[in-house]
Amino acid sequence: MQEIIEKINELFENGTVNRVLAWKTGEFDYERTPAVFTKEDGLDGFSYDSFCAANLAKYLILETKKEGKIAILAKPCDTYNLNLLIKEHRIDREKVFILGVPCRCKIDVEKIRAKGIKGIKSIKEEGDTLIIDTIYGEKTCPRQEAIQDKCLACQGRTHVVFDEKIEGGEPANVEKIDRMAEVEKLEAMTPQERFDFWRSELSKCIRCNACRNVCPACTCTTCVFDNPASGVSSKANTDTFEENMFHIIRAFHVAGRCTDCGECSRVCPQHIPLHLLNRKFIKEINELYGTYQSGEDAQSKGPLTNFTQEDAEPSIVYTKGRV
Amino acid sequence: MNRNEALIPKLGVVTKIIQETPDVKTFHINAPEGGKLFEHMPGQCAMISVPGVGEGMFSIPSSPTKKEYMEFSIKQCGCLTDFLHSMEEGQMVTVRGPLGNHFPVETELKGKNLLVIAGGIGIAPVRSVINYCLDEANRANYGTIDIVYGARSKDDLVYFEEMQEVWPKCPGVKVHLTIDRPQEGWDGHVGFVPNYVKELNFSTDKTVIMCGPPVMIKFTLAGLMELGFQKTQVFTTMELRMKCGIGKCGRCNIGNKYVCKDGPVFRFDELDQLPNEY
Amino acid sequence: MLKCSISEINNLFSAISGLRTLYLPVEKAGQALYGAWTPQARLCLDKLNTVKSPKDLFFPQSEDLVRFQREGKKISIEMPDAIDEKFVLFGVRACDAKGLQILDTVFLSDPVDTYYAARRENGIVICAACSEPEETCFCNVFGIDATEPAGDIVTWTVGDTLYWEAKTEKGAEFTEKVKGVLEEASAEEEASVAAQNESVKEIIKQLPFADLNLEGFDGDHLLEKFNSPKWAELSKACLGCGTCTFVCPTCQCYDIRDYDTGHGIQRFRCWDSCMYSDFTKMAGGNPRKTQLERFRQRFMHKLVYFPSNNDGEYSCVGCGRCVAKCPISMNIVKVARALGEESK
Repeated sequence: MQEIIEKINELFENGTVNRVLAWKTGEFDYERTPAVFTKEDGLDGFSYDSFCAANLAKYLILETKKEGKIAILAKPCDTYNLNLLIKEHRIDREKVFILGVPCRCKIDVEKIRAKGIKGIKSIKEEGDTLIIDTIYGEKTCPRQEAIQDKCLACQGRTHVVFDEKIEGGEPANVEKIDRMAEVEKLEAMTPQERFDFWRSELSKCIRCNACRNVCPACTCTTCVFDNPASGVSSKANTDTFEENMFHIIRAFHVAGRCTDCGECSRVCPQHIPLHLLNRKFIKEINELYGTYQSGEDAQSKGPLTNFTQEDAEPSIVYTKGRV
Repeated sequence: MNRNEALIPKLGVVTKIIQETPDVKTFHINAPEGGKLFEHMPGQCAMISVPGVGEGMFSIPSSPTKKEYMEFSIKQCGCLTDFLHSMEEGQMVTVRGPLGNHFPVETELKGKNLLVIAGGIGIAPVRSVINYCLDEANRANYGTIDIVYGARSKDDLVYFEEMQEVWPKCPGVKVHLTIDRPQEGWDGHVGFVPNYVKELNFSTDKTVIMCGPPVMIKFTLAGLMELGFQKTQVFTTMELRMKCGIGKCGRCNIGNKYVCKDGPVFRFDELDQLPNEY
Repeated sequence: MLKCSISEINNLFSAISGLRTLYLPVEKAGQALYGAWTPQARLCLDKLNTVKSPKDLFFPQSEDLVRFQREGKKISIEMPDAIDEKFVLFGVRACDAKGLQILDTVFLSDPVDTYYAARRENGIVICAACSEPEETCFCNVFGIDATEPAGDIVTWTVGDTLYWEAKTEKGAEFTEKVKGVLEEASAEEEASVAAQNESVKEIIKQLPFADLNLEGFDGDHLLEKFNSPKWAELSKACLGCGTCTFVCPTCQCYDIRDYDTGHGIQRFRCWDSCMYSDFTKMAGGNPRKTQLERFRQRFMHKLVYFPSNNDGEYSCVGCGRCVAKCPISMNIVKVARALGEESK
């Protein structure tokens, strides 16, 4: 972290940027809030560690409209979203300095809580173990078991866009998952099982819109669900179909653009695995149009916004070889 | 179980439609069985709705002393008002009311000389006060009444006939009309309301009732201060987005006051104690 | 005081649900939520906070108000069905029970919201005293005793025994009906409940937010708080989502909308959030144009406007849901601390 602080101070001093978008400590040991630090006010409360899971890319849409250049601390996965925002002209590349920071996979406090560990006062990392001091005494938890789902699915990405990069220390000893295996599990279900799975998950939705508002690919100025004349309500389920609709339409809208950053599932207060909807699209697109990773670069045309004579032409009822 | 009369509306029938200006119509509304839906006080509002189209808060421009029907003067400016303007006589609407507080006609305005200032459709809520005070039974309770009313053009003056033919003929009443720009066939005053109020140089022995677009309110209030009026002498009526109309749905607040319940009528010294968020 | 063994608690629940619908925290797709009891339900009785608070049972996220038929120029009104389900709500924590009292001040004041009032009338609230507070808890700041919740009946769990005591007339009447599955607790057992309560109170004193000072959050400082320059920084990272609002046991703002079902117009109301950009939007503009104003509204309402209208009572009960759930870890405690410091 020291190296990062020195770098930011250098950027402030040599006038490259007048502010930096990063994370700030909070009331609890594990709390990190996205924050903009200015040259004048300094880096009071600045932090970069295993709790900085939030993807800051979307904040740049507003921040790059302001006076002067801003630096952003970007984890490898975040840089994919930066590329997407650059490609879609949502941010002005000239007004942002991308400082790549290393990532050892982030910790999800909710996973620790789900183990029945209550009253967390502090969390320390000792090798592959978390030492958790609680109101009810010291507890431990294997680091692996508290890793954010989105990090488990990250296949060791590297920074795809940056102005400067700070190399990390030792890589994290984290066992990753096969991200498509989760989708395959759903595909293997019968339609009724799959419907039941999604109904049970989506019926928990409280229509808070956190998934949409955090999504770095959801950048419409006014969302279709906020259009009072759309005949849908963004706040309530006029019928049970609507909560499905909201998430499915959103998945359609970011299809081919979603980088699989996993923020939607991370912020969901009900832990609905929303990323699986997006990942299903990624899997389909990969199979139909060849492997594609959104945000890998800022130039290439997306598989759904580009037509070639060789394109597969799946019918509306796409059976993919299965009858 | 006695269900929520506050949220469940009554049915009303549009019995007459008057085209006041190119974009303002006045609707007479009666209960389906005839007569008025409810009694109200000057300055109070009602929620009018066409189910499936929308529901909106409108002031009641008719005086409580009008016994046969209630009037609503509505400017066409959105989804619901578009529909209301397309209605024909005999159309039903739903009405909830009366909602909110009212101009203090029985207390602070009693025995006072009144200065009524309005711009555009802002005349609607204050018209109720004027006609209430001019009613035979009440006239003795109030002193002189000066009415300053402005609109963009002659054609945009709402209640033009009343302004020209009825009110000026009442003893103790003066009507001062103005329009924004000169216009053929108009020999009255030309200019904005705030300036006209200053030109008329009213003496400060009056209690002011004001309603109009925010910019008019702002500059007229400043003008009144220059003439020596105190904020405690000036009343206005506010409008914010409303849904429930009974101070529970939580959106029309200015600080700790709900416009739908604690308002819409406020005195300017009260507004000074509240955040400038309206 | 009465008691029942935790291992036989389903006997108690079975007896209750024989009389009224029983709602209690159950697991739904991995989350603790209030749901109807069934013998198969996976209970979450030791969970401190359900994701959504029990306000849902009295003030549902979405409910039908009235139906209309429109034909030509005619409109007819179809009155809604009576709200007559008698139910028991089990496992309500002290914070959430206080949350209901705060909703009462809004919905039961004139003019009474009869939808809410009917459910309050029909529901019996059985509280669960807390034994293991979380670091996010701060109910003590609002004078709430986590070991003595305000319900019709209060229960305490000590070891593998559930203790039961009726607190209101409604609670006592209901207790009579289920007495068959409860036993009298001994004096020693009652003492063990009292002892546990004392130790829980000690823990609460040590909690990180226990010392939160709300001095200066009142109507007298309304403009000072409103005009604070701190709001800009506090609201900066806010996503404008409704998570805090919708998990809150005291947030009561709602929207009223019409929905054309194809067989008539259904007028329904649903929870709304002052954090949403369209909350105050009018044809002529929006008095709260940016997230700063919307964010400020939520906290000013809870910490200043509400107490100024309700004898100093805050519209927060310290349940900690928003603290745990905010996607960007911004919350009412940070706001109170930042604005509190300023006025010192």
